[in-house]
Amino acid sequence: MTDRAVAVVRAGALTTVQDLGRPGHAHLGVPRSGALDPGAVRLVNRLLGNDEGAAVLETTLTGCAVRPRRAVTVAVGGAPCPVRVDGRPVAWGAAVRMGAGRLLEVGAAVRGLRSYVGFGGGIAVEPVLGSRSTDLLSGLGPEPLADGAVLPLGAAPVVRGAVDAPPWPGPPDELVLRVRLGPRDGWFTPGALEAFATRVWRVSPASNRIGLRTEGPALERAVAGELPSEGMSLGAVQVPPDGRPVVFLADHPTTGGYPVVAVVRERDLAAAAQAVPGTPVRFVPFR
Amino acid sequence: MNAREVFRAGEHGLLVELGSGEATEAFHAELLRRREAGTLPVVREIVPAARTVLLDGVADPGRLAAELRSWDVPELHARVAAAVELPVRYDGPDLAGVAALWGVSVEAAVRIHAATEFRVAFCGFAPGFGYLTGLGPRYEVPRRATPRTAVPAGSVALAGPYTGVYPRSSPGGWQLVGTTDAVLWDTGREPAALLSPGTRVRFTAVDR
Repeated sequence: MTDRAVAVVRAGALTTVQDLGRPGHAHLGVPRSGALDPGAVRLVNRLLGNDEGAAVLETTLTGCAVRPRRAVTVAVGGAPCPVRVDGRPVAWGAAVRMGAGRLLEVGAAVRGLRSYVGFGGGIAVEPVLGSRSTDLLSGLGPEPLADGAVLPLGAAPVVRGAVDAPPWPGPPDELVLRVRLGPRDGWFTPGALEAFATRVWRVSPASNRIGLRTEGPALERAVAGELPSEGMSLGAVQVPPDGRPVVFLADHPTTGGYPVVAVVRERDLAAAAQAVPGTPVRFVPFR
Repeated sequence: MNAREVFRAGEHGLLVELGSGEATEAFHAELLRRREAGTLPVVREIVPAARTVLLDGVADPGRLAAELRSWDVPELHARVAAAVELPVRYDGPDLAGVAALWGVSVEAAVRIHAATEFRVAFCGFAPGFGYLTGLGPRYEVPRRATPRTAVPAGSVALAGPYTGVYPRSSPGGWQLVGTTDAVLWDTGREPAALLSPGTRVRFTAVDR
């Protein structure tokens, strides 16, 4: 391997390579995958002058540390966190030039859940079906990071980044998810639909890249029995037998047999990806 | 049989529910025909399943919903395209049990399975895992009461009305009737999936 690479010093709780995913293969059973907060990926890449969809690292709560083998420009976005180069604080949300062999430490998220670590030229692992994303459901793409792993980088972009003051909405104190009811809202009682639109759930610690699980009131079914397997959309709010809604995120299965009461607007899902366990969740139906 | 119900599935999605598995396969084939002919608006995902087809990434789902309610969909008929042949050693640990459920000898069960022309109704569960129809309601079998923690890659298996082939080792509750050396899923190959919705499939019995 050339020295155009980064070595993983501390992988963190769960750090994966992510880009904008591999849509268009759901009919083969392949999840879309990709970063849970795609806006943060686009922003980090714009800071670096990369293509918007270049592959970056997605951390989970505890950050990570890597050592580039040659000089490289880096940028950290998504969940705010302390960023250090060889122990010295540097800016979050900005392009930072660092020398070969220096240590980049991405600290634990101060707010939110997932930080994004971009490198000039992007992470250049071999793409699978057009994407370098790690898909934790089906195992496509690179393994989650492990201490000591080495990741190749692409050639540095010739243009400089073009953003000075990155906007970031910040993680929600309360997660408000706007949903369109259906396709299977008819499988629930009127009381359950009323509860769905008015009650408050909390983000469960069992949430992951596959789905945001909730704790709170159970939604009562009007129709018993199982649904023959049907296609599942990104943002689908599936209701398993325990009645607690699960919001499908990027690594969700392409088909499923539990009824989907509603589907979350795609642009609201980034906030779902940054909501820490315990965050209150409300579903707001729109027409 | 053109009865179909269309539900919204999010801002840019539609879920079309058909009356039967055959009608679903026919409707899916019609969608692919229209996409091929360039008369279907851009759709990011077309995901067939047991009784439904999900259309996602549709710019104007309201308009498409109205349009596809009015489609006249021809019945599915066997096309002239060659079937994918999968050589199978009928040596699965559940073969005798499946034969007993069917009320036939093991030899007859193998003959029945190998004489059937299958069609991939839909994929799911894992990349490249197809749900193959063709056996007919007389040969439906339940899942195993206790799923296996590891089913080997290449296992040919039955559950409900479907036959499937495990693309890689995974937990599974289907009844294992045989093994194939065919590679169902290879991301280094184009296309990666040997079987995709609509593919015709035949299993041929081999000794080794």
